[in-house]
Amino acid sequence: MKVLVPVKRVIDYNVKVRVKSDGSGVDLNNVKMSMNPFDEIAVEEAIRLKEAGKVEEVIAVSIGVKQAQETLRTALAMGADRAILVVAADDVHQDIEPLAVAKILKGVVEQEQPGLVLCGKQAIDNDMNATGQMLAALLGWSQATFASKVEIEGDKARVTREVDGGLQTIAVAMPAVVTVDLRLNEPRYASLPNIMKAKKKPLDEKTAEDYGVDVSPRLEIVGTTEPAARKAGVMVGSVDELVDKLKNEAGVI
Amino acid sequence: MAVLLLAEVTDGELSVDATAKAVTAAQALGDVTVLCTGASCAAAAETAAKIDGVAKVLCAEDPLYGHRLAEPVAALVVSLAGDYSHIVAPATTDAKNIMPRIAALLDVMVLSDVSGIKDADTFERPVYAGNAIQTVKSRDSVKVMTIRTSTFDAAGQSNSASVEQIGAAVDPGLSEWVEDKVAESDRPELTSAGIVVSGGRGVGSEDDFALIEKLADKLGAAVGASRAAVDSGFAPNDWQVGQTGKVVAPDLYIAVGISGAIQHLAGMKDSKVIVAINKDEEAPIFQVADYGLVADLFTAVPELVEKL
Ligand SMILES: Cc1cc2nc3c(=O)[nH]c(=O)nc-3n(C[C@H](O)[C@H](O)[C@H](O)COP(=O)(O)OP(=O)(O)OC[C@H]3O[C@@H](n4cnc5c(N)ncnc54)[C@H](O)[C@@H]3O)c2cc1C
Ligand SMILES: Nc1ncnc2c1ncn2[C@@H]1O[C@H](COP(=O)(O)O)[C@@H](O)[C@H]1O
Repeated sequence: MKVLVPVKRVIDYNVKVRVKSDGSGVDLNNVKMSMNPFDEIAVEEAIRLKEAGKVEEVIAVSIGVKQAQETLRTALAMGADRAILVVAADDVHQDIEPLAVAKILKGVVEQEQPGLVLCGKQAIDNDMNATGQMLAALLGWSQATFASKVEIEGDKARVTREVDGGLQTIAVAMPAVVTVDLRLNEPRYASLPNIMKAKKKPLDEKTAEDYGVDVSPRLEIVGTTEPAARKAGVMVGSVDELVDKLKNEAGVI
Repeated sequence: MAVLLLAEVTDGELSVDATAKAVTAAQALGDVTVLCTGASCAAAAETAAKIDGVAKVLCAEDPLYGHRLAEPVAALVVSLAGDYSHIVAPATTDAKNIMPRIAALLDVMVLSDVSGIKDADTFERPVYAGNAIQTVKSRDSVKVMTIRTSTFDAAGQSNSASVEQIGAAVDPGLSEWVEDKVAESDRPELTSAGIVVSGGRGVGSEDDFALIEKLADKLGAAVGASRAAVDSGFAPNDWQVGQTGKVVAPDLYIAVGISGAIQHLAGMKDSKVIVAINKDEEAPIFQVADYGLVADLFTAVPELVEKL
């Protein structure tokens, strides 16, 4: 069985995001970009499945600008076998919407015929939490989102999901799309020798047109603003003062 | 214009608060029809019919919907979609699981976590962990979206809308439920509580998390946690507040031993009053706190419990 892992190039989670003063978006010039943290977890899970003998090949795929090559090299250095880059934009500020990403991924799935797609639960830039579910819908496949445990048992995947009320376990028919949550595993760091080896692993380059997908957005971004700032607070010197402020100034207790 | 609102029903019970908040948002868009699904959902439908602003309730009672599996619920909603301009749901984990599937089946984009409604096509939503607010105009014929409940007030409950039973749609037969692990608690629910007390890595252990729970119980509050506290096993996953956990906006949020990473702030910075207790005066949590106390939580929290 092959596993397909979609990995997105996003602003690094440690970077302080700056909204451009003209309201046209967020400034991505000269900021550190990394693999979406959830996607690192997905890559790690795929590699572990391979190490456990459940999977023969791990294929990483990224859709976006040419620079997403670096993200794919990271996946290869972690242990993915090969990579596919689908160039769909020239401008780093153009985000490809989950629906278009899912349509391209559907094309990749049809070519590669994986038994499992492991996505991140959410991209930390657009915070959509949608691509995996959309891909499952387009393929007519089962879906298991927000996974904190994945066990492959024959033609089924048994997945424990992190939900509002606690945990839910479901069994889904394979092929399936699974989206991974934070506590599924701890991704490994790529070692230097593996980073060197990754440079020689195959990385195919395609375009959105190769899959016949129109990536023009359905959601027009009218403007981007900073959230309302909170007014400055005060430091209190003691628990007594805190209790007094909460009772008599804020009136919340 | 007509709105179909997928209600949050768990084991036959309506989540009144989440649903009533989504109704407030949906009302701005047109007549609201609420869809309740479940193995048993008559009681949930009756409760939904009481929510002000609801024009009609559809009740799809069938074992197929007993465990909120995405594939059958999405198939049902898609079978009803033709009558509606908007399909909405509160942004719970259930809805985030189901709504994108519905959108893709209808060949439209989904709008996740909508925090503001400008007009029937134009919406606000937070991006980058709430560090930016995007205004987007949808070009799709049907708008499918989840509503960030923390930014809308709950609609009242003095209505008596009609309830109509509807049949089940096809069963895609792709997934089965195995088990739920749900923690029982007498405390208020995290996303609707008036007061939330959260603990972070600074609390140090699962045993010491009892300190946080004691403070919460004293205040009649819900308990939250940072990701680090959950990852370390101090608290269960459903207590996580943040970008990828729950979003809360209580009247009072007390953060104890939490540094204030942007991913945590994303889930609580719209709280009315924020208190931070941390031994590091440089901790970023103090930048959003209305009242900051630099102290060791192991002395400050017991003292607070005593003096409240
Ligand atoms: C993709 C992604 C998603 C994430 N999503 C979330 C999310 O949804 N929610 C979330 O919370 N985090 C999330 N995080 C993690 C986030 O980046 C931080 O790592 C996390 O919030 C830190 O938790 P903390 O503040 O409890 O721990 P720390 O940052 O370790 O802070 C502990 C604090 O406790 C204080 N302290 C220690 N001992 C004491 C004492 N005795 N008395 C008083 N104070 C004390 C310290 O001064 C420190 O400030 C996410 C990260 C990523 C990459
Ligand atoms: N442009 C992209 N390229 C590759 N994978 C993507 C892309 N966009 C989204 N994904 C995948 O879909 C997941 C969820 O993203 P989103 O729906 O945008 O929150 C991510 O964690 C990735 O696994």
